[in-house]
Amino acid sequence: MTLPLSDLAAILPELIVVTAACLVLVLEPVTPMARKPWLAWMSLAALGICFAVTASKLDHQVTAFSELIVIDPYASFWKLLLYVITGLVILLSLSYLKSEDIHLAEYYGFIMLSLTGMMIMVSAADLLTIYLGMELMSISLYILAGFKRLEPRSLEASAKYFVLGAFSSGILLYGISLLYGVAGSTHLTAISTAVSSTGFQNPGLVLATMLLVVGFGFKIAAVPFHMWTPDVYEGAPTSVTAFMAVASKAASFGAFLRVFLEGLGGIKANWHALFIVICVATLILGNVVAIVQTNIKRMLAYSSISHAGYALIGAIVASRVEADADVQALGISSVLIYLAVYSFMTVGAFAVVALLRKGGLEGEEIEDFTGLAKRHPVAALLMLVFMVSLAGIPPTAGFIGKLYLFMAAVKAGLTWLAVVAVLFAAVAAYYYLRVVMVMYMREPQAGAGVVPRFVSSPVAAAVLTVALAGVLVFGLYPDPLVSLTSQAVISLK
Amino acid sequence: MSEVSSAPFGYPILTALVFLPLVGAAVIFFVKEGAIRWVALAVSLVEFVISLPLWLAFDSSVAGMQFTEHVNWITSPPINYSLGVDGISMPLVLLTTLITPFCVLTSWRAIDTRLREFMAVLLVMETAMIGVFVSLDFVLFYVFWEVMLIPMYLLIGVWGGPNRIYAAIKFFLYTLAGSLLLLIAIVVLFFQGGQTFDILALSRAEYPSSVQHWLFLAFFIAFAVKVPMFPFHTWLPDAHVEAPTAGSVFLASVLLKMGAYGFIRFALPMLPEATLTFTPFVVVLSLIAIIYGAYMALAQADLKKLIAYSSVSHMGFVTLGIFVWNAQGIEGAILQMVNHGITTGALFICVGTIYERTHSRMISDNLGLARPMPRYATMLVIFALSSLGLPGTNSFVGELLVLMGTMLWHKWAAAIAALGVILAAVYLLWMVQRVVFQASGSSDHGQLIDLDGREMAILVPLAVLVFWIGVAPNAFVEPMHRSVGHLTAQHPKAVTAVATLDESMASEPPADARIAGNHQSSVKKQSPLAGRHAAFPLTTTIDP
Repeated sequence: MTLPLSDLAAILPELIVVTAACLVLVLEPVTPMARKPWLAWMSLAALGICFAVTASKLDHQVTAFSELIVIDPYASFWKLLLYVITGLVILLSLSYLKSEDIHLAEYYGFIMLSLTGMMIMVSAADLLTIYLGMELMSISLYILAGFKRLEPRSLEASAKYFVLGAFSSGILLYGISLLYGVAGSTHLTAISTAVSSTGFQNPGLVLATMLLVVGFGFKIAAVPFHMWTPDVYEGAPTSVTAFMAVASKAASFGAFLRVFLEGLGGIKANWHALFIVICVATLILGNVVAIVQTNIKRMLAYSSISHAGYALIGAIVASRVEADADVQALGISSVLIYLAVYSFMTVGAFAVVALLRKGGLEGEEIEDFTGLAKRHPVAALLMLVFMVSLAGIPPTAGFIGKLYLFMAAVKAGLTWLAVVAVLFAAVAAYYYLRVVMVMYMREPQAGAGVVPRFVSSPVAAAVLTVALAGVLVFGLYPDPLVSLTSQAVISLK
Repeated sequence: MSEVSSAPFGYPILTALVFLPLVGAAVIFFVKEGAIRWVALAVSLVEFVISLPLWLAFDSSVAGMQFTEHVNWITSPPINYSLGVDGISMPLVLLTTLITPFCVLTSWRAIDTRLREFMAVLLVMETAMIGVFVSLDFVLFYVFWEVMLIPMYLLIGVWGGPNRIYAAIKFFLYTLAGSLLLLIAIVVLFFQGGQTFDILALSRAEYPSSVQHWLFLAFFIAFAVKVPMFPFHTWLPDAHVEAPTAGSVFLASVLLKMGAYGFIRFALPMLPEATLTFTPFVVVLSLIAIIYGAYMALAQADLKKLIAYSSVSHMGFVTLGIFVWNAQGIEGAILQMVNHGITTGALFICVGTIYERTHSRMISDNLGLARPMPRYATMLVIFALSSLGLPGTNSFVGELLVLMGTMLWHKWAAAIAALGVILAAVYLLWMVQRVVFQASGSSDHGQLIDLDGREMAILVPLAVLVFWIGVAPNAFVEPMHRSVGHLTAQHPKAVTAVATLDESMASEPPADARIAGNHQSSVKKQSPLAGRHAAFPLTTTIDP
């Protein structure tokens, strides 16, 4: 079998990223310690090229590899977002890994491999391809979660993530195989046709749908498949946590929307209600449990669970049976907008956490932020902006994200769901504002041990600047983002 | 794509008003330590000066928006940066620009930690507050409305008293919970009112009454928390007591007005039917607030708490005036908003002044100040008398108008509200008697220094305004007539009577039409008030 050149051209960005990843892994042993950051810069350069390639082909709509892969504006949108997130995480890691003393360049190789998996997930049109992408993403993440080899918590996180992740992958694979039994194919188009003709009476289809919900629910960390999130987020190195919380969630949402709306769209009346239950449960549990957290990484973990709940609102709108094309487009694009703004504010928040050092350790208790406004006013102000944005208060991007979600919900006649969402947004404000309170309104107690310091570096400053710019620009001028997403959703259905 | 029309001036005056303080706040981070106070003062004074043309050049013969500006902001959905003022918002904008320099001045020495941030926060607040009053786009309004929460949260939580964190969080969560429901209401209005966030267009659209009722509830919670109306008022005493003086002044003078402004600007014109349905309910809550606030004030030993509860009582008059929905009631309510801003702001400054000297806000620690501090005592008496509505002071005019409007709605409501005036006299005079005249038990009161030049510069202008509005209220009420007339014409039961002049308001509305919404009251239509000056019948007797 020969590969047509056009197929390879279509996956040029994936090829670049995977080449960069392999180069990093190969060059790592022969690179002197002092030059290890070069490998990170090389990865960044690869990301820059990919960004240019994808951005130049934004409106292309091609399929490759016998339609296993589709390159459409929808996939391109996710890829652009993933490049930006990965770039930010690599920059953050440059300074974070050094201060944690785990500056091994394989790290960047695994990040790039994980990114490859994510890119495959969002542009795959076949369940098995999606599964392969998901595994590539996840296995790299299992390793990354345990990257602090000497710290038991990190190893525990890695092991826990691996066991639960492997379990959920198994469930997903089982669902895929059942679906193959029903449709005779794992391709989304074929599944869509088969599903529409068989209907939901087929017990295999019912079970397959449930199993897919579990598999994807695990990846986007929706309740009740969220159990792994707090432990893994807490134990993993903070830069990896940021990567998991943002990139892996974004890619999983990208694949999830495509599978359920394109593949299983014919029976959306049957699974729609299930997602409403998951969404409301996620909003409640994520927000309520976040209140009692004392570790900021755990708090942000629960916050990321709750944000998955918000994003699900858009998916629910898009899957309403009554929804016409307009409403459906509005629903999907609100998910895209929400995840884009979520990425910037979450990366920003994790970056501040990663840069707060307490002696040789991370300052990751919320108490460690006590009096930060006095010692490091700029860091405190940045954290304030990210927290305010996560709480969804204007003029930040978080508000714009929520505005579009609520507009979609109200337009689809789900006003009650929007009301539930805002009630829990008020709950969420409590724990986000608590961080602000600790930073601005508490004085550090005398003799309380090592005073946490905020250690910045030029690259870290760059990460924070980009995240801040994203939060403020999308908050004040969301037009470019909105038009990008509305282009992207046309291709999905 | 964008047009800017700002009629009489060469520059967009409202944009300048909104963003000048924000620019000032940014500048403050780059000036020398010693210049911070002066820069903040200069910015707030310039802001006040450039806001004056708004009043001087205001065309009182126009009911609609003036000094409008319009720039497209977000394309899909259409969210615009559109600004404008009418006779309802103009007085509130001026109140804001007037109060801010005093807030800066009153914090001159009271604030010594993180002064830079403090002054910046004050100016950011001013931007948000003016933005709320001049926005003509509902999302823009909401943005300013929410933005204000963060600086106020910091103001209370960073520079406040011992229990400041609790008070700050309570303030924040109460107002946020209320306003998030407002956001949903705004989105629902967007789809019900023709895919627009334009406040004027939304006010013209009609909504099914079932929708109106739900929307009204959302509006009501958002605005009633802010006012605050009984039973949503519990955050207010905490916030007032813990906030620094400037925070209390902002809170009392401007923030509380936003809720009332919301009712006037949104609830009445957009949801007239629902407003009418809920009027008895809101009136009862207002009456409870008037009486309950006054009783609570009576029981307070802390001066700040006393004034905080008096605010609950006084804001009860404002909501009462709004919901009886006639010209007298609404004009009285708006005037009372301004009055309350001036008088209560001044009272909080008085409390802050004495707190700087004796480090106690307890009445029992501040007895008999007339001897050591005669100038202070004079000012306190003036503002207390103004607060209790003595004829010749500002509050008398406002409360009288509200009571007249209420009388037209139902005489018993007016009778109960009038009790509030009496109770105000009781708690304020009792407070004055103790703080000013009672023999002091403490010997070190002899060393108290009387008001200095800075403090006099704050209180004297406010005292002048108290009497100016009290004696010649017409200059302040005149600009409201047309806009309020337009609003009363939107009363569901007035529609038939004034249908012809609903849009243009080009000609003087017939006097009957102004109070046409009062059929349900037992007052006869041809009451003595139904003269040509029904909107403001006292003009001829008081104006010298």
